[in-house]
Amino acid sequence: MTSGPFKLALVVTVVALLALAPADLTGFDIPWPGLKRYGTYILTLWLVTAIAAMGVNLIVGYAGQETLAQAAFLGVGAYTTALMTKAGIPFGVAFLVAGAAAFIIGIVLGFPALRVQKHYLAFVTLAFTVFVWLLFRNEEWLTGGVSGISGIPRPSLFGQSLRLALHYYWFTLAVAMLLTAAMWWLLRSPWGRAFTALRENAIRAESLGVDVRTYTLLAFAIGSAYGGFAGALYAPLVQFIDPAPFALGPSLLFLLMIVVGGAGSFVGPFIGAAVAVLLPEWLRFAEGYYLIIYAVLVMTMMAFCPSGIVGLAQRLTVVRRRPQQQPVAKPAVLEEAKP
Amino acid sequence: MSPVLEVRDLAKSFGGIHAVRGVSFDVREGEILGLIGPNGSGKSTLFNCILGQLAPTRGEVRVDGNSVIGLRPSELNRRGIGRTFQLLQVFPQLSVRENLILAGQEHKGTRLSRLFGPRDVGLSADAERMIGFFRLGHLADEKAGSLSYGQQKLLDCAMAFMAGPRLVLLDEPAGGVNLTMLAGLKERLEALNKEAGATFVVIEHNMEFVMSLCSRILVLAEGEIIAEGPPAVVRNDPKVIEAYLGR
Repeated sequence: MTSGPFKLALVVTVVALLALAPADLTGFDIPWPGLKRYGTYILTLWLVTAIAAMGVNLIVGYAGQETLAQAAFLGVGAYTTALMTKAGIPFGVAFLVAGAAAFIIGIVLGFPALRVQKHYLAFVTLAFTVFVWLLFRNEEWLTGGVSGISGIPRPSLFGQSLRLALHYYWFTLAVAMLLTAAMWWLLRSPWGRAFTALRENAIRAESLGVDVRTYTLLAFAIGSAYGGFAGALYAPLVQFIDPAPFALGPSLLFLLMIVVGGAGSFVGPFIGAAVAVLLPEWLRFAEGYYLIIYAVLVMTMMAFCPSGIVGLAQRLTVVRRRPQQQPVAKPAVLEEAKP
Repeated sequence: MSPVLEVRDLAKSFGGIHAVRGVSFDVREGEILGLIGPNGSGKSTLFNCILGQLAPTRGEVRVDGNSVIGLRPSELNRRGIGRTFQLLQVFPQLSVRENLILAGQEHKGTRLSRLFGPRDVGLSADAERMIGFFRLGHLADEKAGSLSYGQQKLLDCAMAFMAGPRLVLLDEPAGGVNLTMLAGLKERLEALNKEAGATFVVIEHNMEFVMSLCSRILVLAEGEIIAEGPPAVVRNDPKVIEAYLGR
């Protein structure tokens, strides 16, 4: 069930479903009227959030570092794109500059990780987020301060405007697929193995020739670049940005997404982003109580399944498969009791 | 024969505690040198100073005549120096095969070529050979964390040899390994020494293991070398007996 062709078929099916989800299919005799504009917006926001969460997953889940700065990188990407596209620079250029700017700042932010770890590092990144948020809020000449930047244009692709929510959704889906494929490639490469080694035992990794410093900086830089790319997609989506979505609270939410989805799991960021973006929408029927229900759900899951939703799914799969498993035969010479 | 490793007047202090006090010795090419001493005598600290894990308070360490003081462990590893640690140090979430490929990958190509090249960095065959050599064949695809302690210890040793190092510093390789597996481990280390020409420095508390494996023994007590020589001589040295048993 987990063979390569099965996985590929699953991915193709999921992508096809995602592509068709907001579209009106009644013209094809399929009783699906598609999503309304707000539903399409929420789905696009989920994709943008998942891209940024993939970056956090690389830093936290694979490389074993801490970051509370992803919302700041989202902001770097969003403001860069907003300023550049409003100045008439093509979105494609702004998108690449947003990623590159976040990459470079991510390297700088990675340096403290060479000296401090765990919650100390979390506090360093927290301070960075506050610093960036203050820049967005106070440097009015550039960012518009609390009034923000409005009228951010949506891009065009091959002469076709992406002004419509559905078109922009498809564009975001395509970019998200590209970035997901790039992350898959990265994590399956020897770099991914080195990142995992960094998380599991940095001292041993270093003794095996893994340049822990460089890989730590690379993890921060690439993870932050994903935040920048997400920000570049976010600005034309909302078409108005102010400092609020790039503050500490949203950064904590990104960390929550990784923990809830499953740190170090490839699909974890998508599930975590769904919990953070889609679940509150689905809980709106509860009106004023939806945040309470949301908080209780998250707390319950963390208490009973700290490895996240992916970890829970894996545990359930193992429990179901265990009765069929055969013991591994081991040569007698290697049999020994554990100490 | 010229020494592979030269240690000169190496010292390490932690505040007022002098863990290593001016230790000097050479390790010759192809030699298996044993390093023994009671608990707290400074053996692991000495290893950590040689291998760049700790900065020595004073002294010099040379590999092939070149000073390596100030180099990081990863740089030393890329110069052909491998090591194992006193406590188990495998990567539990990676398979046995992945652990071995990881142990050799940074010696292949450039960082950029490793990103765009094959996932196994061309090391699958070497990993298979090492898996067979350390008799871990039936466990190749198991996660390292699911192996028994002794099996992990074998994997730990195998990883130290993946990059074909010239010099390997083994910190208590026999610790926690049962007798059957211990004989296999000794046989493997001797084969690597004879066939691959690897040079070893071995810290060990298992006297039978270290005395039968090593051609020369250094005895450390309270951070100083108190005896040196062939196993038969060291075993009967009164200073060594006193260090282990007390007056």
